[in-house]
Amino acid sequence: MALLDVENLVVEFPTRRGVLRAIDEVSFSIDPGEVLGVVGESGAGKSLTGAAIIGLLEPPGRVAGGRIMLNGQRIDDLSPERMRVLRGRQIGAIFQDPLTTLNPLYSIGRQLVETMQTHLPLSDRDAKERAIKWLEDVGIPAARARIDAYPHEFSGGMRQRVVIALALCAEPRLIIADEPTTALDVSIQAQIIALLKRVTREHGTAVMLVTHDMGVIAETADRVAVMYAGRIAEIGPVRDVVQSAAHPYTEGLMGSIPSLEHRVDRLRQIDGAMPRLTAIPKGCAFNPRCPSAFARCGEERPDLLPAGATRAACWLHAGGARG
Amino acid sequence: MADIVLQAEGVTRDFEVSRPLLQRMLSGEARRTLRAVDDVSFSIEKGTTLSLVGESGCGKSTIARLAVGLYRPSSGEIRFEGQPLSAARAQAALRRRMNMIFQDPYASLNPRWRVRDIVAEPIRAFGLLSSAKDIADRVGQLLTQVGLAAADGEKYPHEFSGGQRQRISIARALSSEPDFLVCDEPTSALDVSVQAQILNLMRDLQQQFGLTYLFISHNLAVVRHMSDRLGVMYLGRIVELGAGETLFRAARHPYMRLLLEAIPDLAMVGRTRTPVGGEVPSPIAPPPGCTFHPRCPLANERCRVEKPLHAVVDGVAVACHAVAEGRA
Amino acid sequence: MGGLARFLDSDFLYSFKRSPVALISAIVLAICVGAAVLAPILAPYNPFDLASLSLMDSFHPPAFESEGDASHLIGTDDQGRDMLSAIMYGTRISIFVGLLAIGFALTVGITVGLVAGYMGGAVDAVLMRIADVQLTFPAILIALLVDGILRAALPREFHSKMEIWVLIFAIGIARWPQFARTVRGSTLVERGREYVMAAQVIGLSSRRIMISHILPNVLGPVLVIATLNLGLAILDEATLSFLGVGLAPTEPSLGTLIRIGNNFLFSGEWWITIFPGLTLAAMVLSINLLGDWLRDALNPRLR
Repeated sequence: MALLDVENLVVEFPTRRGVLRAIDEVSFSIDPGEVLGVVGESGAGKSLTGAAIIGLLEPPGRVAGGRIMLNGQRIDDLSPERMRVLRGRQIGAIFQDPLTTLNPLYSIGRQLVETMQTHLPLSDRDAKERAIKWLEDVGIPAARARIDAYPHEFSGGMRQRVVIALALCAEPRLIIADEPTTALDVSIQAQIIALLKRVTREHGTAVMLVTHDMGVIAETADRVAVMYAGRIAEIGPVRDVVQSAAHPYTEGLMGSIPSLEHRVDRLRQIDGAMPRLTAIPKGCAFNPRCPSAFARCGEERPDLLPAGATRAACWLHAGGARG
Repeated sequence: MADIVLQAEGVTRDFEVSRPLLQRMLSGEARRTLRAVDDVSFSIEKGTTLSLVGESGCGKSTIARLAVGLYRPSSGEIRFEGQPLSAARAQAALRRRMNMIFQDPYASLNPRWRVRDIVAEPIRAFGLLSSAKDIADRVGQLLTQVGLAAADGEKYPHEFSGGQRQRISIARALSSEPDFLVCDEPTSALDVSVQAQILNLMRDLQQQFGLTYLFISHNLAVVRHMSDRLGVMYLGRIVELGAGETLFRAARHPYMRLLLEAIPDLAMVGRTRTPVGGEVPSPIAPPPGCTFHPRCPLANERCRVEKPLHAVVDGVAVACHAVAEGRA
Repeated sequence: MGGLARFLDSDFLYSFKRSPVALISAIVLAICVGAAVLAPILAPYNPFDLASLSLMDSFHPPAFESEGDASHLIGTDDQGRDMLSAIMYGTRISIFVGLLAIGFALTVGITVGLVAGYMGGAVDAVLMRIADVQLTFPAILIALLVDGILRAALPREFHSKMEIWVLIFAIGIARWPQFARTVRGSTLVERGREYVMAAQVIGLSSRRIMISHILPNVLGPVLVIATLNLGLAILDEATLSFLGVGLAPTEPSLGTLIRIGNNFLFSGEWWITIFPGLTLAAMVLSINLLGDWLRDALNPRLR
């Protein structure tokens, strides 16, 4: 059974000009120990999906439809109090800016100990020992000596390590990591990705990795969901999505990334821009920019259809159903 | 030898990072400076692109600002078309020939101005055209050139997406008919598909107008796509400088090799890497000797005490004892 | 879309229409300002026309009291002036002084703030220390001091002619530091933005960058503070006039009226001080509430 099951999730923002649908019928699941990458351009809805799962949608945003199931238990309709307990114990979160997660007024040791004691029955002594072990685990040098240090005494990369320890220390089953390496330099980014991969693998934690960086996904994720204008355009094993994309948008996206391996004269480009939520085109949201669009694309909205090894929301694959 | 547009010789730039005078006097502290750029030399040939790549705090953005005269060097000299930069910038006719494209498309356009006025500002400042009709025509032409519509001039910046704003920024930079453009991380705030559009546009414009670029980026793949020559920076110094293709094919400096190893790439699906440890030290208190030695797998005693000088091999200048001694 | 159409469709107007406090404040303020501006047309009497005053008419209570007189709706004062007319003209003077004082303070504050924020260094340090020192004194004390100094320095004849301008200067000079600080803060932020750098790269002068690039972008917050300060400036004027260092009883402002009435409060003629007092309170309160609403409406983080 899947650990996380998101079914037809809809997130809406009521505004005075009408209700904006920021996430439109998104469904996916994550198995225990699996890393699902979620990519897309800014505004595609990838971060909102993560926020909806951990119950941290900023008002007036709200879940307006669908279900979110964790371990077979429905979590999208929990009270804020129950959701708070669930966060930490069942779901951990890692955000782009470590400073939004860490409390500047408490030492990192105290934050780790408090988080663990909130969710696990541990004595002060045991909790502290575990905190030190976690810090060592995420690669903080001289962890025992630095356990009483405050967040500002750490560099950006070290802080993100502390955040990872904090997200994992209550041993949640699922981690939502929203752009965890975007604010970091490349050499540090590589360290953090490797760390995240290793620690979650060791603990069997499932990860939903939200990022705009395809390179990070390619290296880290088992499966990847590509989002476009609030919907999943394509979802499948990472190798297939990267190397033989079925959706024209995914294909264009991969082609537009400059490569380190070889140099081309012109990058492949997708003309135009992703539509704003106020002006989502009829039919497939990608059809005005799509080189392969035909009549049906402007009329009907495609659902995810089996397309080789992946599933793509594209009418090109309507005939080739093998699934 | 081809024409040199911009040449930097031994350029160093210090910033004061002391606390205010009164506090300093009360606590008896000395002045403190940060050396953002340390003894940097390079030159850019007409019609080519020199890229500078490095992580945050390596001094690449400071060089961008030095190159257009927003900062003055603390020592060393920058020459534009053979003249000292300050002298060149004192003449409107030369100042017009350099311009800049910025990183943040949301901060680089004045939100209170219409796009037509933003694009026309350099035209008016240099008095290139005088009649309102000529200016309007020229602005329309520029907007069309960067892939927007002439009618977009009536709008305000907030009505555009990030990529479109960057096009406006490019139109503004082109409006003074420059030969030399400094591009400071022009695509790092953009999504990849938009980045491709902007990079393609910049390459097209370069061919069309014979532009010379100083291109600053932290993204090696972007840099590889854009540059003829490439300088790799670490803590204020250029540690390796040479033809882009050579550097990507056979990087010598251990830092450049670390960077190439660290970048996640689409071709690396499922690959597990062993990342190099350590972080960039604070530029306020850089390590002695070669500043990269605390993270360098090849460092020895000499690296810890003696600053390496550039040695040129196969047209590539590398500042590394290990490379010079043949240990690399 | 035209300017008007855009305004009618804006979030700004939308949030205004949805805020009862803002609506009521705006109505109260509109009545005060309307009555003040149109006083020469609307007022039943001209309180400045000394010839029309008769001591016979003095101390008439309001019309609704048993001894009231329908020709003086809210009574008359010790000189026989119609209170309603006096209040309308008084409001006119109060608003005039308040607006000009704030206008003056804004001009000084914005200029100082822009220069300090953009130039930085020693210029910034000196200008801001002056502002800091002045901010440690209450504005009313500064206004009293300035007024006192000018009173002593200027020839008596000249001073009484220039009385209202002295008052405006005194109140204005007391309120510039707050504007300067706000503008400096916003200028520091804007100065670091890339659009300013773009202007520097093409070699525009500092003056031109400050005026055409930075000023339009720092005006918003300071105008909100100016609205709040307008209420305070009107109060300053009333306080000074109440203390007797403001305007003469021959051309009374609201503050002067309150002071005159204060003498008779305990002898039973309450209306002479209460009605100007209520007018002042209503006007200042509505200005402040509008200012508060404006601050929230323009702050995207609170939306």
